[in-house]
Amino acid sequence: MISLTIDKTTIQVIEGTSVLDAAKQSGVDIPTLCRHEDLTPLGTCGMCMVDIDGCKDLQRACITEAAEGMQVQTNTPQLRKLRRGLLELVLATHPDDCLQCIKHGSCELQKLADRFEIRTLRYDKYTRGLPLDRTAAGIIRDMNKCIGCGRCVTVCHEVQSVKAIDFMDRGSDTIISPGYGVSMGSSVCVNCGQCVVYCPTGALYEKEMIDEVWAALDNPKKVVVAQVAPAVRVALGEEFGMEPGSLVIGKIFSALRSLGIDYIFDTNFSADLTILEEGTELLERISSGGTLPLITSCSPGWIKFGETYFPELLDHVSTCKSPQQMLGTIIKTYFAETHNIDPENIVSLSIMPCTAKKFEAARPEMQDSGFRDVDYVLTTRELARMIRQAGLQFDSMKDEKPDPVLSQYTGAATIFGASGGVMEAAIRSAYELKTQKTLGSLDFTNLRGIEGIKKASVDIEGTEIRVAVSNGLSNARTLLDIVVEAKKRGEMPFHFIEIMACRGGCIGGGGQPLENTLAKRAQRIEGLYAEDKNLPIRKSHENAEVLGLYKEFLQKPGSEISHRLLHTHYTAR
Amino acid sequence: MNQTDYFLKFKNLSPDIHDYQKANGYSGLKNALTLAPDLVVEKIEKAWLLGRGGAGFPTAIKWKASTGKTPSYIVCNADEGEPGTFKDRFIMTHSPHMMIEGMIIAAYAVKATKGYIYIRGEYPEIAINLENSLLEAEEAGFLGKNIAEGFSFTIDIIKGGGSYVVGDETALLNSLMGNRGIPWSKPPFPAKKGLWGQPTFINNVETLACVSLILQNGYDWFRSIGTPESPGPKLYCISGKVTNPGVYEAPMGTTVKDLITMAGGVIGTLKAIQIGGTAGPIYTSEALDFHLDFTSMNSKGGILGSGAIVVMNTDTSMAEVLEVEMRFFAEESCGKCFPCRYGTRQLSFMANNIVLGKGKREFLELMAETADIMQGSSFCPFGKSVEMPVKSILNNFSGELQALIRQNDYIREVQI
Repeated sequence: MISLTIDKTTIQVIEGTSVLDAAKQSGVDIPTLCRHEDLTPLGTCGMCMVDIDGCKDLQRACITEAAEGMQVQTNTPQLRKLRRGLLELVLATHPDDCLQCIKHGSCELQKLADRFEIRTLRYDKYTRGLPLDRTAAGIIRDMNKCIGCGRCVTVCHEVQSVKAIDFMDRGSDTIISPGYGVSMGSSVCVNCGQCVVYCPTGALYEKEMIDEVWAALDNPKKVVVAQVAPAVRVALGEEFGMEPGSLVIGKIFSALRSLGIDYIFDTNFSADLTILEEGTELLERISSGGTLPLITSCSPGWIKFGETYFPELLDHVSTCKSPQQMLGTIIKTYFAETHNIDPENIVSLSIMPCTAKKFEAARPEMQDSGFRDVDYVLTTRELARMIRQAGLQFDSMKDEKPDPVLSQYTGAATIFGASGGVMEAAIRSAYELKTQKTLGSLDFTNLRGIEGIKKASVDIEGTEIRVAVSNGLSNARTLLDIVVEAKKRGEMPFHFIEIMACRGGCIGGGGQPLENTLAKRAQRIEGLYAEDKNLPIRKSHENAEVLGLYKEFLQKPGSEISHRLLHTHYTAR
Repeated sequence: MNQTDYFLKFKNLSPDIHDYQKANGYSGLKNALTLAPDLVVEKIEKAWLLGRGGAGFPTAIKWKASTGKTPSYIVCNADEGEPGTFKDRFIMTHSPHMMIEGMIIAAYAVKATKGYIYIRGEYPEIAINLENSLLEAEEAGFLGKNIAEGFSFTIDIIKGGGSYVVGDETALLNSLMGNRGIPWSKPPFPAKKGLWGQPTFINNVETLACVSLILQNGYDWFRSIGTPESPGPKLYCISGKVTNPGVYEAPMGTTVKDLITMAGGVIGTLKAIQIGGTAGPIYTSEALDFHLDFTSMNSKGGILGSGAIVVMNTDTSMAEVLEVEMRFFAEESCGKCFPCRYGTRQLSFMANNIVLGKGKREFLELMAETADIMQGSSFCPFGKSVEMPVKSILNNFSGELQALIRQNDYIREVQI
């Protein structure tokens, strides 16, 4: 432990703590525009300058390590003047359209401008006059609002290793752009939306589909069918002042019904369906000597990443569609048939924690029924906006049930929203289906949590099945590099790999409520495992509605009709 | 007047290795190789060689951080981007081997295995000639494998992409590795973690040439020249309104007046002198009595910098000087940190408007405040240094700027 004094308060912090974090622990919130607790500090903004005794110059609190006996001043006249001056400089480049901005009220620049009482701007106001980049399927970039803090670059490079965007040009022309100035849509961007999560201003945001959904709801000819992803149910409450991890699925069903949705189903249902399809695929590949390791295909950010950076591994990726697309197809086929509705008139809507799901839904091949599997994808944040627009008191809503047949789910499905969940669900079913024995404990705790790469092995009838789980695409890269190297030597390090694009899994997706920090993600994960624990059925192959669907429509996992409707293919990019 | 010609004598010799060797060249390396590396560092420390790039940091102290970890690198900073500075060009054109010898000695002293000359992109011909010089040195056995027992060393030339900030050592290393030329925060110091995470020692061209001279002639000789705190000979670059602008060599501590006299005197009436490069303050004629060495200049609140002296006479408009300087900073800022990225633009905007007759009285105060913000919160010395020229022009020539703004106010009034 190190002892230092911050504005006359002496505190103890662990070695390696930055002055900024030490100050936070002593109760002082040093302002910053570029530092984020989850990311490597860059020291670009200069808002966190502090006065340290014995240093000739002011120091950046975010990149200065606390040292024994350090005397830090955080609130001197010089520092106050400097912070206001810096904010004025930034605001001089920033558009004044706060009232129309998607980040109004949650913008960090706005909060600091308010905190430091910037009432006038003495500097020349200049705007960049750049067009919006709407070319990516899930993300809009408004570089007029970019303050150039670099958080998006850090998360895109270090956490995701996608490297779609970087700084370009220099001096006051410095701007963040996809490589060589191409549009976001033609860049390697995977639409994971982590840049959106960490952007302090309204420069990066999700491509909203709220208006289209209202239009569908207002159209009497249309039958709007919604599905809700696992990760949404432990996060949406945050938008209405509830704790991260609070399970609000009953309220969501109730809210969707109030919004006028005609049929409400649950993506958890198709998560169970995915386990049966993917589990069958895994067991088949193992028994028939097929391509292994098998890699999960639920995360659309990962799919585009794989298509871009690991085209040689595409044979390894499960051909199963993601739960969103599976349920979308079933809605336009089985549901339409049994309810005697023309699929033409069905609007398939999904509520997702994810911006990449918008990309996935728009993939051209996703229409095996002859109709788009999913028409509109709303992120968790967008659903919250619709609920607010409708004036619903979400936090006091009564719990309701979804509509039957495509909505029953097990604990195995709900943990799809957390990193390691798909793997755990698959093992629960694969073990029991293969051995015909009942598992003693259903909790594979070493696969849980926010850690980047997790490994385990399971003994299934004397065969050791080695599995690995990764979250955050840079961890996926590390893991897949191991696979590629091993393949060259003719080895197979794993049988089954789960990859989720975002840190922590879907609960940390680019469409989740802000702030979407690792700490909050951990709480959401707890919420999902708590629901799993409390559910009466916790194994996908025991989902009665899923079994019923096979009996009435799909025949059996891996059947011809399953393959036609529920499986897909990938394209090297 | 006390001139020296340890560098300047090469002006009349060819840059090839034979002429250099005839002038005692490479005897410094031979001397160094008879000593243990530690002793070479000790000699440089006893000579109290201060880095000639601008900061004046003691070279030996940098080198002492060497732990012998391999691979480690020597980088010669030949990114001479400072306006009004052309001394490294002189060395690289007329006595490139002096720099190369210094690099090899440095490599031996810090146990480096590989050297890079990072030369500014605007010196393409010099880069070609340097390639020849490196070949000559290799043929003579001063570069390559087994220069001495257990000591091998090679040098590559890297051409810069043309950014002023890359003169900063961490930005230079980023650029050398193929990254954006932006600085990183120290620590980690390059001597601990530099190129590709390995120990890296960066020295300016003139510093390395001085290393050769010290090993050739001894540290006592070096300390007998210049002042006790800043010993040795120094190359000064005089430009602007003097009769004979160019590179002059004199001991550290020579007065500005003497150097201007060497350059043939001021054309017209002296108005202002900028010392240390674009980032240095702009003085009135008071600067004539300044002694040009690191300690004296620091005591005047200025910098010796690269030893650039720009002379301005009464024909020069200080508003225009301010405008040119601010535009330079705005164009050359790397854009990494907010204060420099946005501050340089606003300074340039205000200076530009003053020159165009659209200046406002409050600009002068706001420019000073902006310079303070940049000094207080810029990430690297580039942004911090903007304060000196801005503040010195505002303080020393405020009458001229105010008169210009007032006159234009008056013209506008009359026009209405």
